[in-house]
This record gives sequence, C-alpha cells and structure tokens, in this order.
Amino acid sequence: MRSDPAEYELVAPGNLEAVISLLAAQPGVWLPIAGGTDVMVQYAAGKLSARKLVSLWNLPELRRIEVSGHEVCIGAGCTYADLRRHEIVEREFPLLASAARWTGGIANQNRGTLGGNIVNASPAADSLPALLVYEAELILVSARGERRMKYLNFHTAYKQTLLAPDELIRAVYLPRRFTGYFSYSRKVGARNAQAISKVCIAALGRVALCVVDDVRIALGSVAPVPKRLLETERVVKGQAIDPALVLRARKTAMEEIRPIDDIRSTARYRAAVSGNLVAEFLIGLAASE
Amino acid sequence: MNTSRAQCEVSLTVNGKPRTVRVYAMERLLDMLRERLGLTGTKEGCGEGECGSCSVLMDGALVNSCLVPILQAQGAEILTIEGLAQGAQLHAMQQAFLDCGGAQCGICTPGMILAACHLLSKEAVPDLEEIREGLSGNLCRCTGYLQIFEAVAEAARRGMTK
Repeated sequence: MRSDPAEYELVAPGNLEAVISLLAAQPGVWLPIAGGTDVMVQYAAGKLSARKLVSLWNLPELRRIEVSGHEVCIGAGCTYADLRRHEIVEREFPLLASAARWTGGIANQNRGTLGGNIVNASPAADSLPALLVYEAELILVSARGERRMKYLNFHTAYKQTLLAPDELIRAVYLPRRFTGYFSYSRKVGARNAQAISKVCIAALGRVALCVVDDVRIALGSVAPVPKRLLETERVVKGQAIDPALVLRARKTAMEEIRPIDDIRSTARYRAAVSGNLVAEFLIGLAASE
Repeated sequence: MNTSRAQCEVSLTVNGKPRTVRVYAMERLLDMLRERLGLTGTKEGCGEGECGSCSVLMDGALVNSCLVPILQAQGAEILTIEGLAQGAQLHAMQQAFLDCGGAQCGICTPGMILAACHLLSKEAVPDLEEIREGLSGNLCRCTGYLQIFEAVAEAARRGMTK
C-alpha cells in the first residue's frame, strides 16, 4: 500500500549543524534521509514507520573526499558515483571502487551514499566488506561532540548499530597502507547491476618469502552483519599457501559464517560459494608474489 | 526551512522552464512531474528504483524519480523526455532509437533514452561494455537490449553532442 505524502514531514535545513540540533532536540524522532535509495523504497511500500524526516542530501560538509598523507576521509554523504570518479579511491582502494560499480545501477549510484549504506546496515550491502578489510574508522557526530570508532565493531546485530539516536555518521576514514596488497572481490548474484548479492567478498593480502605476511577477508550476505572472517585469517596468516592450507581455510570460513535461506539463495549454497571464494582468493594471493 | 506537514513551495527548473509548485515535501519527483505538470512521458514501473522507467536527469545526473522526494529537488534542473526534442525535430538519441528499432512497447524508452544521454555526456564514444553498464539500471522486456545498444552506438557515431 503506497504511503500518503500528506502524512509525512520532510525538512531540509541545508547545513550539518542545523540537522544535528534537530536530532538533539528530539532524539529518535527524525529519520535522516540522504539519497533515498533505501528510505524511499520503504516509503513506497508503506513500511516507513518514521513520520518525520530530515534531509542530508547534498550537505556540503558531508560531500567531500579529503586526502592526507596517511588516510583518506570520505564524507558520509558521498555517493557511489563520487567514489567511482575519485582517483585515489580508484587507485588505492580498488575493493571499494569495484563495490561502488556493482551497487545498484547508475541512477542509484548517483544518489546512494556511503554513510546511508552503512546506517541502513544491510548484511548484503556490497561496499561494507570492503570497509571491513580496509580497517575503516567512522566519525560519529552529535550535539554532544564527535567520536571515532572502528567500523569493525559498528554493526552489533541484524540491522542494529552503535549509532545513538541523536548521532550521524559524518565521515569514513580509510588508512592509506594497503597499496601493493593483492586484492580480490567478487559479487555472486543474479547479475551485477540492480541485484542484491547472494554472497559478496572483499579480501586483501600480502605474501612475503612464500608465507602470508598479512591478510584480511570479509563477506556479505552470510551472517546477520557484514562479516570479517577473523578465524580464517588466523588460520592463513604466517603460513605458506598450499592445497592443504586452502582446504583448511575453506573449511574454517564455512564454519565461521552463519548464512540463512531467504528469497535470494540458500544457506547451503552460500556456504559452498563462500568456501570457494576464499579458496579462489588464496590461490590468487599465492600467485601474486 | 519548511517544518510543517502542510504543503510547501518548491521551485525548480523543468526542461528549461522555471516552475514553482505547492507540494507535500515527501511527494515523489515522479508524481510531481506526471500529475502536477502533466509530463507523463516519465513512466512508473516498479516504484522502487529497480527498473529505471522513471529515470530523469537532475542537475545532469541520472536519477530514479520515484526515489526522489520533491523537497530534495529544490533549485534543481530537471530534464525529462519531453525536454529533448526541439519542436518537431527529434533529439539525435530519439532518432537513433527509431532507426535501430530500440523502442517497442515504449514503457522503458523514456528512461532508457535519458540513461543513454547521461552516458554520452560522460563518455562521447562508449564501447559496448560501457553502453551495457550505462544502461544496466534500465530494464526492457521487449527488445532483448541489442537494438537499444545499437541505437546508443549509432547516436555516438553520429556525433551526438548533447
């Protein structure tokens, strides 16, 4: 059942400070809406419980990418199109750039934002595994001030996050220390554009003197939250990649995830594909030295 | 800043013409175009950003107008399919779609043509992969896509500049 616009309020204060004041005055009452690629879908389906919305679209404070010597700061309001066309993101964070290319189609990439994707907290979001392996940190802002936290801990349960009702994500920081790493990503779904992944992976690694010197693996659509495979990483780190290690890593990955049956796939298929993706990553990593 | 649930005024430019409309802020850009301005060339397909039928250009960027609350289009320049032809003179992309059989039932065509114009504004001579990617958010149930890809390549060959 379609929603009636007369029953909703939407305001666009036009600057970050005014948005934050509004959230502070009535925490949990105002739902922030950026590019609307998720919120407007719920609205169209008559499933949007919030009746008061505050627009973050095009706030200048949220829509810039700043590069410093050791990190890149991506404003939470940057769109996927902004990420795709940024030279440093493309060159140093190819896993994020490829996820941006695979998210929705061009129209959704022109509107969907990185911050919106994080807060929407879908375990199937293509960009979130990339943020996990790049060791992203988030800046959360409210009238009480700012706090910086590891993205790794941000999602606490299905669609639950550490964001307080009066807070917004202001920016995402990515450390510039993964250049030279072997990187691997795949989206397994009906098609790349406009399809939600059955399983997606982002992985990074470096081999030195024939052993895995550093490794990070994250998967989407295999658990209630985007999932970093810390156990699998422990199994692999410091080891030489041979068929026995690939087998152990595959098995550990399959045990570490918690996939479900849903409209897009089955738990069994997702587990098998996850194991295969981890194996394919390791085989590529071994060949990269 | 509009804070009431009552209607508000939104000013924007549609196909080069300045417009001010009294609307509910959460009204969809799609509904404003079709119902308030009578620009029914923009089609509603899925209503959830999956099919691309409602694609328009907002400040030069391709967007799904079903996912844009009208307040977010305040001050924007919107281009719909009605804004492409100059009187009886079809736009080069429209002509290429006609010549190549890129339009059949017509529901996807306005969105498809705007997505194609958006692509050519970024990449004057796209290769087939770029055409496929540029149109990947626009679904067509009639053509099987090949005639559409051919139409976009043809418009590029003819040196479509706008």
